[in-house]
Amino acid sequence: MATHPISLTINGKGQQSSVESRRLLVHYLRDELGLTGTHIGCETSQCGACTIMLNGSAVKSCTLFAVQADGAEIMTIEGLAKDGEMHPIQEGFWEEHGLQCGFCTPGMIMSTYDLLQKNPNPDEHEIRHALHGNLCRCTGYQHIVKSIQYAANKMQGATVAD
Amino acid sequence: MTDTATHPFIGQSVPRGGDRRLLVGAGRFVDDVRLPGTAHAAFVRSPHAHAAIRGIDCAAARAHPGVLGVWTGVEIGALLRPQVVEGGELLPGRTIRRWPLATDRVRFVGDAVAVVVAEDAYTARDAAALVAVEYQPLRAVVEPEAARAPDAPILHDDWPDNVAFRWETVVGEPDRRFAGAMRIVEVQLVNNRIQAAFIETRAVLASPQPGTDELTVWASTQVPHTVRGGIAAALDLPEAQVRVIAPDIGGAFGTKGGVYPEYLLIPALARSLDRPVKWLETRGESFQATNHARDQRQRIRAAVAPDGTVEALEFAVVANLGAYGANTVPLSTGRMATGPYRVRDIRVGVTGVMTNTTPTGAYRGAGRPEAAYALERLMDAIARELDLDPFEVRRRNALPPDAFPYDAPTGVRPDSGEYGRALDEAIRLIDYAGFRREQAATRAAGRLLGLGVALYCEFAGPGWDSAQVRAQPDGTVTVAVGVSPHGQGTETAFAQIAADTLGITPAQIVVRAGDTALTPQGIGTFGSRNTAIGGSAVLLAAREVAAKARRIAAALLEAAEEDIVLEGGAYGPRGVPDRRVTFAQIARAAHRMGGVPGGLPPGLEATNHFTPEGRTFPFGVHVAIVEIDPATGELMVRRYLAVDDCGVRINPRLIADQVRGGLAQGFGQALQEQIAYDADGQLLTGSFLDYAVPRAGQLPNFELGHTVTPSPFNPLGVKGIGESGTTGAPPALVNAALDALAPLGVRALDMPLTAERIWRAMQE
Repeated sequence: MATHPISLTINGKGQQSSVESRRLLVHYLRDELGLTGTHIGCETSQCGACTIMLNGSAVKSCTLFAVQADGAEIMTIEGLAKDGEMHPIQEGFWEEHGLQCGFCTPGMIMSTYDLLQKNPNPDEHEIRHALHGNLCRCTGYQHIVKSIQYAANKMQGATVAD
Repeated sequence: MTDTATHPFIGQSVPRGGDRRLLVGAGRFVDDVRLPGTAHAAFVRSPHAHAAIRGIDCAAARAHPGVLGVWTGVEIGALLRPQVVEGGELLPGRTIRRWPLATDRVRFVGDAVAVVVAEDAYTARDAAALVAVEYQPLRAVVEPEAARAPDAPILHDDWPDNVAFRWETVVGEPDRRFAGAMRIVEVQLVNNRIQAAFIETRAVLASPQPGTDELTVWASTQVPHTVRGGIAAALDLPEAQVRVIAPDIGGAFGTKGGVYPEYLLIPALARSLDRPVKWLETRGESFQATNHARDQRQRIRAAVAPDGTVEALEFAVVANLGAYGANTVPLSTGRMATGPYRVRDIRVGVTGVMTNTTPTGAYRGAGRPEAAYALERLMDAIARELDLDPFEVRRRNALPPDAFPYDAPTGVRPDSGEYGRALDEAIRLIDYAGFRREQAATRAAGRLLGLGVALYCEFAGPGWDSAQVRAQPDGTVTVAVGVSPHGQGTETAFAQIAADTLGITPAQIVVRAGDTALTPQGIGTFGSRNTAIGGSAVLLAAREVAAKARRIAAALLEAAEEDIVLEGGAYGPRGVPDRRVTFAQIARAAHRMGGVPGGLPPGLEATNHFTPEGRTFPFGVHVAIVEIDPATGELMVRRYLAVDDCGVRINPRLIADQVRGGLAQGFGQALQEQIAYDADGQLLTGSFLDYAVPRAGQLPNFELGHTVTPSPFNPLGVKGIGESGTTGAPPALVNAALDALAPLGVRALDMPLTAERIWRAMQE
């Protein structure tokens, strides 16, 4: 099996690896780098548990090859909290009970990160639309929506305070 | 129990503990457990619904670089014993023998025929594709009706037909009452086949401990102790040498509550290879090989008096068990046949039939939602035929509060219920009169607005469970429990119960669950049994610890033991508030090397097992308001109200989480989910593209109300709550749709209520 050298930035850290052509990005992250916070729920980009940020946009890492991420800047769930402080999105999911089993949560949080970056003050319809690629089987979504509203409020407050 | 002076934490929405690791990507699900030298398994599964295995050629797979072993059904016979289902309610002489790999015949699409173990998961899948199986396809039966036809192919050897069991109970004189009935109302229903579709598929990692016979198994399961027992029996190992760990679990919903064949085979392969072996189910595999649920054909009819009172009930259920399914779920449907209602003249029959489909098993409600759906569809049919109000029909038939504990004719024993109060609360919160006015006005304008109600009653978990409460010398406490919560937040509720009993705070308590080496033997988490049974065990164990704490406090304070009270988080003699010791001081004293005060034995811990007097029977009233597009048949949910009664409420936010999550799944069954097969038994819904789990934009915000009717069957007074949503939502939603469609004369409608299905009903 042919291998390819790749060079990328993951959670702010440079990374050089050699990957098989067919190695999926999610397996590269989980199995080679040990970043197991990104989960696999369907291997077909339908459930969103594997969502990460790649070059500033949310993508499903289960349907990208690792070699396609050569040169990319990636952020996974492990890169969101800074200096032990949870990101407002993580805080929102905790405060508003945006999770139960926690399996879809990293993907939900990354999709939320993408949404709030592009639309800092989404209404409920926009939030639900933005989550369309992420399945949650535990919560019924209502409190995920509230978590995102909490995060949006907090992040906007922080921006104003700056 | 909700007096905040003596119970500062019970009844409060204490924040969920333990979420931080899940939020920062540090959760530990089975695939996150990394052991050096782990090999990976991949299964070869049948593409045929029914076929004889003529031969399996594993040579190419075995020769593939990186492959450690390939096994067929015949070969694993040397490694473990098959799972056998016999006796119980099965008809005499009918035994279901299931090997983890099929030996001579496959019975559903997804039945495993071989397993490959390789150095890595990619190689295992490559090699699995090289296994050549020669099948001779046989005629398949998909529907129970077809499976009972005289010329149907028979699934299990030595059976005269495909009927696994028949259960019938006749109480009173149903035939006489039907013969003399003023009116007979009948409904025929299909309860659609669905699947739990947890986002984390099944997963297992087995690791033999080098140089010993010990085996550690990480399994995505709700019942680690049961899985340990299953592995020990199948592999002929002492249970004490098997440790099963249920780490973080990515959803389970009852469908990870059994011992799957793969959970026995992977440990056997790990022992055979003497190295860790991991298996992660793919999503496609999960749709094929993880148990499905529901799938009943129901005929329910009532002899009805002019005032809407049901005088006799007949309920006939035919359950599709799939190729190897168990009978417990449909039997629960039979046992809940009278639900919250008074009728005592009944004939209930349940028949379980084997078909060439994925086995059916437990899923959130497990038989009770099927009963509630039939009963509540019947109640609405009665209301419609007699031109009565649907709330009123239910009120007239409901058991009165003084009937409890009630010995139902089916043999179950509801513990307590105030159904009228729940109906009143639902009517108030939904503004029932206001809705009927709006409906009348909008009907005139051609809009199809409808309201549906469901009064459900179900039963929560059976059996005993265990807890060990142990104080550390610094006064922090570990609570180890036999139930195995996995996302419900029950650990937080348990900490609240122990904190109030011991006079400490939940933050000083660590709850351990899901590891047979760290917890007392338990039964597990299913059937909404965590808090009523596990929580009561925590309460009893904590009470024992508190009693010893009082004795130590008396010795420390030189006071009489019977005078010691726990007040404001400290122990001391009644009425002398300046003489107090904290639980931490007591714990320190309990572990003094030089001796415990008063010559008491050292240590401050207790293990307790709680056996309830009976099951608890949660109930509630759900109301849906829907509007149907007259042009397309598309259904929109305008409002959804759930008034649930789970007895005493330990943590209201955790309860609300359970209700909303259950509702999401109930909405799924009612509105969009359907496991589909074609006539040859090919699975048509093999991915999330075809199987429509609700997405964020497809669900409304749910409105919640509650009543509180304590259970007399446990010292906390709590009932289960986890299954209210899947039980209440399907009948409430379908009844709402039928109410909306009433001007068009639509009476028959089966789930899921897709736009196409509704549109077709509107055209007929």
